[in-house]
Amino acid sequence: MEAAATGSKKVNSKPAKLGRDVQARLGQQLRAMYDEVVNQGVPDRFSDLIKRLEGDGKKDER
Amino acid sequence: MPMDESVRKAVLGAVPSLRAFAISLCGNVDRADDLVQETLLRALANIDSFQPGTNMSAWLFTILRNHFRSEYRKRRREVEDSDGHHAESLKSQPDQYGHVEFREFREALAQLPADQREALILVGASGFSYEEAAGICGCAVGTIKSRVNRARTRLAELLHVNSAEDFGPDETTRAVLASGGE
Repeated sequence: MEAAATGSKKVNSKPAKLGRDVQARLGQQLRAMYDEVVNQGVPDRFSDLIKRLEGDGKKDER
Repeated sequence: MPMDESVRKAVLGAVPSLRAFAISLCGNVDRADDLVQETLLRALANIDSFQPGTNMSAWLFTILRNHFRSEYRKRRREVEDSDGHHAESLKSQPDQYGHVEFREFREALAQLPADQREALILVGASGFSYEEAAGICGCAVGTIKSRVNRARTRLAELLHVNSAEDFGPDETTRAVLASGGE
């Protein structure tokens, strides 16, 4: 590639490659946003669903 | 449906991350929870096709992702849905996400093409390897890598970030930086 020859002026108009610091910050924000949901745990709706499915199965099959 | 205790634990354990993935994909909490519910029903109905010893979480993500894709295509045919529409629906429900600080980031994320968005989330947030993400999306590892790179570059553009100093943890910090810096 010829990236090194283009100089620093072009960085603003077309960032060919993000700096590691930027990537790290984007990653932090992405994970913080994602983890906000993960930290809500398992809503009752889903634990109830699993319980119900298991219960149904036991009644039907045994 | 008799279920092995370890299987039950693994399925339940994957739910929080499945929800986070689903919300990132469809931009709507209620729809995301429906998507997770349909995923669990499908998974448990086909639990025999899960290979013990393999990654339960990756298996569930694959089901959710494929289900979302087929639903998405259907909706797209019905109403001219698009990433723009996705971004709009996101803007209209800011409260559903609780914290306003991720709003700008979510809006930028919503503007990414679906392929890039899912790749970035799987690798950057869900913690899957490039190989696992490729398996979930049914594409080559190299394709995932390039999607993740393009997603990062586009996100930085959308958020107007050229260096880490350009953005703080939230909008307030950004505003302070913008007015105080030069």
